[in-house]
Amino acid sequence: MKNTVISVKNLVKKFGSFTANDNLNFEVYEGEIFGFLGANGAGKTTALRILSGLSSPTSGEVIVAGFNAKKEPEKIKKNIGYMCQKFSLYNDLTTRENIMLYGGIYGMRKASIKERTEDLLEKLNFREYGDRMIADLPLGMKQKLAFSVAVFHEPKIVFLDEPTGGVDPITRRQFWEMIYETADRGITIFVTTHYMDEAEYCDRISIMSEGRIVALNTPEELKKQYDAGSVEEVFVRIARPPFPPSRSAGFHAGGQNRAETKPPSGGWGPGIGEGVLE
Amino acid sequence: MKRFLGFVKKEFLHIFRDFRTLIILFGIPTAQILIFGFVVSTDIKDAPVAFLDFSKDEVTQKISDKICSSGFFKRIDNLQNYDDIDKVFRKGRVKAVIVFGDNFGRDLISYGKAAMSIIADGSEPNTATLITNYVTAIVTDFNRELVNTSSAGNILVQPEVRMFYNPELKGHFMFVPGVITLILILICALMTSITITREKEFGTMEVLLVSPLKPVHIIVGKVLPYFILSFIDVIMILLLSWFVFDLPIKGSIILLLAETMLYILMSLSLGILISTVSKTMQQAIFISFLGLMLPTILLSGFIFPIENMPKGYDWVSAFLPPRYFIVILKNIMIKGTGFLYIWKETLILMIMTTLFIGLSIRNFKLRLE
Repeated sequence: MKNTVISVKNLVKKFGSFTANDNLNFEVYEGEIFGFLGANGAGKTTALRILSGLSSPTSGEVIVAGFNAKKEPEKIKKNIGYMCQKFSLYNDLTTRENIMLYGGIYGMRKASIKERTEDLLEKLNFREYGDRMIADLPLGMKQKLAFSVAVFHEPKIVFLDEPTGGVDPITRRQFWEMIYETADRGITIFVTTHYMDEAEYCDRISIMSEGRIVALNTPEELKKQYDAGSVEEVFVRIARPPFPPSRSAGFHAGGQNRAETKPPSGGWGPGIGEGVLE
Repeated sequence: MKRFLGFVKKEFLHIFRDFRTLIILFGIPTAQILIFGFVVSTDIKDAPVAFLDFSKDEVTQKISDKICSSGFFKRIDNLQNYDDIDKVFRKGRVKAVIVFGDNFGRDLISYGKAAMSIIADGSEPNTATLITNYVTAIVTDFNRELVNTSSAGNILVQPEVRMFYNPELKGHFMFVPGVITLILILICALMTSITITREKEFGTMEVLLVSPLKPVHIIVGKVLPYFILSFIDVIMILLLSWFVFDLPIKGSIILLLAETMLYILMSLSLGILISTVSKTMQQAIFISFLGLMLPTILLSGFIFPIENMPKGYDWVSAFLPPRYFIVILKNIMIKGTGFLYIWKETLILMIMTTLFIGLSIRNFKLRLE
């Protein structure tokens, strides 16, 4: 029996009259790599913020790492790690100082931070960069370091919000190797991404569209179900139904398309869904 | 608590590693005090004056000799009539004209009273104030001698001071209170708004918000170093103006420091408020500069007296916290008054601080949602 680390039941999040998350239901299991996909503005960021204890659900029950997101967000925060799409380390601090800072923020003891820092630098082959400013490191290295820092305090779950944006393919591959290794240690990975090849690496993926989860399964099952060759095809087919690439022109001409009355999910852009993170 | 201290330490590292921040923190205050102190000189030496003496008697002779032998003034001209006054001023040859009326000596002896005028060039308000003050002091001194030597009792020369071109001449140019006020707004509001928006812009704020640190810890942790450093700045400015310019603090130092802390708190909350409404550092700098720095320089009474402002501007000035702090500082430092005379200004600053903190919390919550 798999242990459930995230359990979401009937999650609804509203901003005024706009419903960002419309009745979400899903579970994430321990040690799993869970891909959370969706077009911009589909409601991913809103859900992620609720799961990480930043924002409170309008209704529904959200349990993360054993704690209720509405009542105990502080406890959730202690048990998760987070890495966002923007680079999250301080450029004017050294590698060691950054690790020390985040280790301290998560309440780790100084001695154990020091010990584990050396292990980490050894493992990443970062020894010579330990006392260098982060600003001097190449982007790929920074990204790896940011991930290592996000799981440094051994959280139960780590949330990765588009972690590989702007990184070259080789570093991305190395990055995913790190993710696998971390998942093997029993840390659950919850990752959002726009790279569909990355979605194939996940154990299970969910696809959101206009505030709802429209698909949730293993990549293989989804491809079978939608008779598609890749996750990308599945995604394009279900995440943006009004615009299948081959027929979009026809739909426009017909004027019967949903975009006429309601903007497509991508159209919300930085409006309410993603913009609130600012 | 340990989490919080580590976070504060990190903020100090940011400050000490950034050369520009250090310049703003310590270079600018020093430079401003020295520039204002030396350029706006408070000494007059051999200031050119002219005399218009309608009596030409022994007493006027004595007084004018006393004025010219003081070392502060130099006699440039002896005028013949009132029309000459305007001429010498327009030519810019003299800074002041001293006028003795008809029968000066006789009036002084017979009525115990005689009138003289000191007419100064008000287009240079600071020099004009200094000159009239010096001449008045010299005449007062003369009075005292007269009282001591004469048997007639109370006989007094009453100098009448008039300003040409700027009859009001209010607002002493006391630069130290102004510089402190300006520096604190600069460091506290501008720097905190920049440091907080920087975290937002770089994405580190998100990571901090997801961490177990509470938002209030993040904000307090970010502004605490600036609170400490700006307080050190004030002490530095006070010491500097004391050692270099002999500016004493007449009132209570404890009261002065307490009021300073209140003003720092106000500026910090203003900085936090600015950071909650700006998305980028540029925006924060823009708002701080246009919204705070310029009005502080122009409208707070730092350089231009509020009494002389056109209607409307003085109203704008009423909403500027620095205006009240300058009054508080001048009262404590220069007049040496106690809390009783500045409680109103203190109260206004307190209300403003509460308001800014309240608005910041509201904005912050809105943003989080």
